[in-house]
Amino acid sequence: MSNKYTAMHHLLPLLILLLSFLAGSGQTVISGKVKDGKGRPLQGASITIKDTYDGATTDSLGAYHFKTTEKGEQTLLTTSIGYKLQEQKITITGATLHIDVLLKQEPNELTAVTITAGSFEASDTKRTTVLNPIDIVTTASANADITSAIKTLPGAQQVGESEGLFVRGGTAQETKVFIDGTLVNNFFFSSVPDIAQRGRFSPFIFKGTVFSAGGYSALYGQALSSALILESVDLPEQSSASVGVSTVGLNAGFQKLSKKKNASWGVNYGYVNLAAYFAAVKQRPDNFKIPEFHNGEVNFRIKTSKSGMLKFYGYFNFNDLGLRRPDIDSTDLKNAFRLRNFNIYGNLSWKEKLGRKWHLYLGASYSTNTDKIGNELQDQHNVPVIIPFEPYDTKSFNVKSTGELAQIKTVFERRLYGLSAIRFGGEYMYFTDKNDFTNYYTTNGIVKADDHFKAAFAEADLYITNDLAAKIGSRFEQSSLLNKANLVPRLSLAYKVGNKAQASLAYGIFYQKPEKDYYLRGYAFNDLLYTRATHYIANYQKVSKDYTLRIEGFYKKYEHLIKTYGSNNNGIIDSVGNAGFGDAKGIELFWRDRKTLKDVDYWISYSYLDTKRDYLNYPYAIQPNFAATHTASLVVKKFVTKIKTQFNGSYTFATGRPYYNFRYNNSAGKYVIADQGKTISYNNLSFSVNYLPTIGNTKAKKFVVWVFSVNNVLGSDQVFGYNYSYNGLRKDPILPTARRFYFLGCFLSFGVDRSDDVINNNL
Amino acid sequence: MKKIFFALMSLAVVTQGFAQSEKFTKAMTTNIAQFDSAKTADDMLAVSASFERIGDAEKTQWLPYYYASLSEVIYAFMKNDMANNDAFAQKAEQLLNKADAAQPNNSEISVVKAMIATLRMLVNPQQRWQQYGAVIQTEIENAKKQDPTNPRPYYLQGQNLRNTPEQFGGGCATAKPMLEEAIKKFDAFKPASGIAPNWGKSQTQKVLDGCK
Repeated sequence: MSNKYTAMHHLLPLLILLLSFLAGSGQTVISGKVKDGKGRPLQGASITIKDTYDGATTDSLGAYHFKTTEKGEQTLLTTSIGYKLQEQKITITGATLHIDVLLKQEPNELTAVTITAGSFEASDTKRTTVLNPIDIVTTASANADITSAIKTLPGAQQVGESEGLFVRGGTAQETKVFIDGTLVNNFFFSSVPDIAQRGRFSPFIFKGTVFSAGGYSALYGQALSSALILESVDLPEQSSASVGVSTVGLNAGFQKLSKKKNASWGVNYGYVNLAAYFAAVKQRPDNFKIPEFHNGEVNFRIKTSKSGMLKFYGYFNFNDLGLRRPDIDSTDLKNAFRLRNFNIYGNLSWKEKLGRKWHLYLGASYSTNTDKIGNELQDQHNVPVIIPFEPYDTKSFNVKSTGELAQIKTVFERRLYGLSAIRFGGEYMYFTDKNDFTNYYTTNGIVKADDHFKAAFAEADLYITNDLAAKIGSRFEQSSLLNKANLVPRLSLAYKVGNKAQASLAYGIFYQKPEKDYYLRGYAFNDLLYTRATHYIANYQKVSKDYTLRIEGFYKKYEHLIKTYGSNNNGIIDSVGNAGFGDAKGIELFWRDRKTLKDVDYWISYSYLDTKRDYLNYPYAIQPNFAATHTASLVVKKFVTKIKTQFNGSYTFATGRPYYNFRYNNSAGKYVIADQGKTISYNNLSFSVNYLPTIGNTKAKKFVVWVFSVNNVLGSDQVFGYNYSYNGLRKDPILPTARRFYFLGCFLSFGVDRSDDVINNNL
Repeated sequence: MKKIFFALMSLAVVTQGFAQSEKFTKAMTTNIAQFDSAKTADDMLAVSASFERIGDAEKTQWLPYYYASLSEVIYAFMKNDMANNDAFAQKAEQLLNKADAAQPNNSEISVVKAMIATLRMLVNPQQRWQQYGAVIQTEIENAKKQDPTNPRPYYLQGQNLRNTPEQFGGGCATAKPMLEEAIKKFDAFKPASGIAPNWGKSQTQKVLDGCK
């Protein structure tokens, strides 16, 4: 009996437990409201008691209501997309519970404010995308040249006589290009007098482009005006082969993706020969050596882990060209210019996640560039002549210039709370430049300049709230060539002023070492300084999927610009110094609309620029010859599905640029403006058609693109400036090499993945 | 006495287990009914949250997360707010990953993967077609391989073809045979249980009817 009693005693709790399971028990009602940080009701938030099925979703007033059979201490969880999970302890006693919940916004890349002052981002990863790689190749006036497409954005000048991006009153040298974080020397093909050269690299090797017209990050330096930051593509979607034929040449390539899709390699070769094109379209200069380009590329990309990626891109180019123009000082003579260029570029980059919060970016690159230039004074029969007096004695020369750059860059990034992060790292660049110069007076005058350039930088992205962010950075640089160091601040702020709108401010100091020429040409100089620019930028932007509106105002102050001094009119410089200065201010507008007109995507950009500078041999601060006051572009694209054809048009207008003839005045002992004027305004209407017969056909084994384009359809007169004769009595306009440029090409790509399968299955 | 103890003990355990699985099945059945009858986007979102609650409580079951992800995807389609598709797709993906971990290489999960890729593609079809088009195709093929009797990959493929312009190799002409194949598979399809995926036939019929 006593045994039985004890047993019952032990079993009692078990029975109660059992009964409670079988019978169920009283339900408790829990209700309340869910609101966001600003007190607005949140619809669609989910509320639940942890580890139970019980819960509800809030209605349009943020109200919820549910019943639960749970008792005692429980955890109430509330979630909603874009908000932080909210956890709170509750005690359920059976009495109705009323619980209001406040959800905090989760910092989110999709909704958070982004720092945009000064920069245009072109990638698909962010919603603030302004231009993407496809946009670049479908911009009518660009002919698939990255910087030509960038020129349709506000901030850049329409300079046709020399390559590069002239941004906000800055020279082309003030814009630097970076690929996967490291500086690229010789991004453009080597200069030819009075003809702008294209960029060397195809837009298809880049997935992202950031064009910063000022106020760029502390991770980059040595560019007074602007940084063009390019990010190379990752693994291809599939293996493929490609072939292209056009009016200017041929190209073929192959990309192989590994079976496991974790590595790929590829090769490309392109050959350009303008013989046929020049025969068909008459050129203004006499091309005695028809331009010929050999272009090779190799790449590999390896996924080193789930989050790691190792990429290599190697480039090789050889080109040869020669052109002859009448000599400006004598109608009996001609100037023949010959250029042979040899260039190798290699870039190795690695990014990896280290632990949960750290990222590592490693980049190394090497480039070597050799230009062999020969300039020859010739008579009417193209026979070399030597005339041993001014100005003819210095017109014939040979120069071999070689430049090498080896660099390594490391960036560590640590994620902080939310989207905040800090980045820091360093870079080391080793520049070696050599000039071997021969003319009437000098034989093999060799000058070398080496620079060990070191930089360290740190930067923090601080998200104070989802709506307010700051980027604070600093950069330290030291050049062995200048034997000087500098330390600069960079600061930007962004504040969200509406659902899709935000305002940003940016400030920064930028240093750039004087161009290598000042060290290589044997000029007398004494202790050159870094040239320096200070940027102030204010920006407003409103972006949605269908449109982008940007308004940006800037002020840029230049100090310590290079001044050159001489005492004659033959262009020979006696000495150089840092007494130059200048400023630039302006306002820019950008509007892109993808929706208003059916299947039409268009953008308009406008730049107003007010700039003056005193540099080189300018007698005082004047508007430089590369700066137009007003520049505007309209770019339109329309895809007609029915005929699988895209039509692209662009129109660019710029007011005339000033031109000057500076002459040395012996009595004043300095240069004065002997003549000046303004060129006619610049007009360029361009048109291109892309026909894609196989688009959307998922069964197609090849993908075909036909491209036809015409630059300057209307044949508008374009004058880029004037060249003056030695005596200053004659001036010749600088004109494009032909009135119009035509291009016709057909590009095929084959997805070889499936044909591989077919072959394997048949074996 | 000990016998009674064990008898009661095992009764308790069995009952508890039974009650638990009955509770699960009952909750799932109720939710699936709501899923089938959801009329508005908000209804669908509530269904998704409800499935997620069951998933979070059960943890080892793949079906609640599968349905939670599926209804999140359908919610996004009903909401038709393309610009925010990335956020919805991300949520659906988080849910589906949990289902995928509990039940790897499942044909039904591959179908939802293809649907999520479609959501992401629609944010900006011109730019994203290449990237996500390939994912959609791969996942549909995976779904067919993983369970050849599953009609849903055929439905999805048929629907995608229906929505592709004729110039791009889509339209009714190419979609119809695929949709008819799907209907045949739906007729033959036997769901593994009362709560296993068994949706899509009426939707397929609707797309097919629109092609006549």
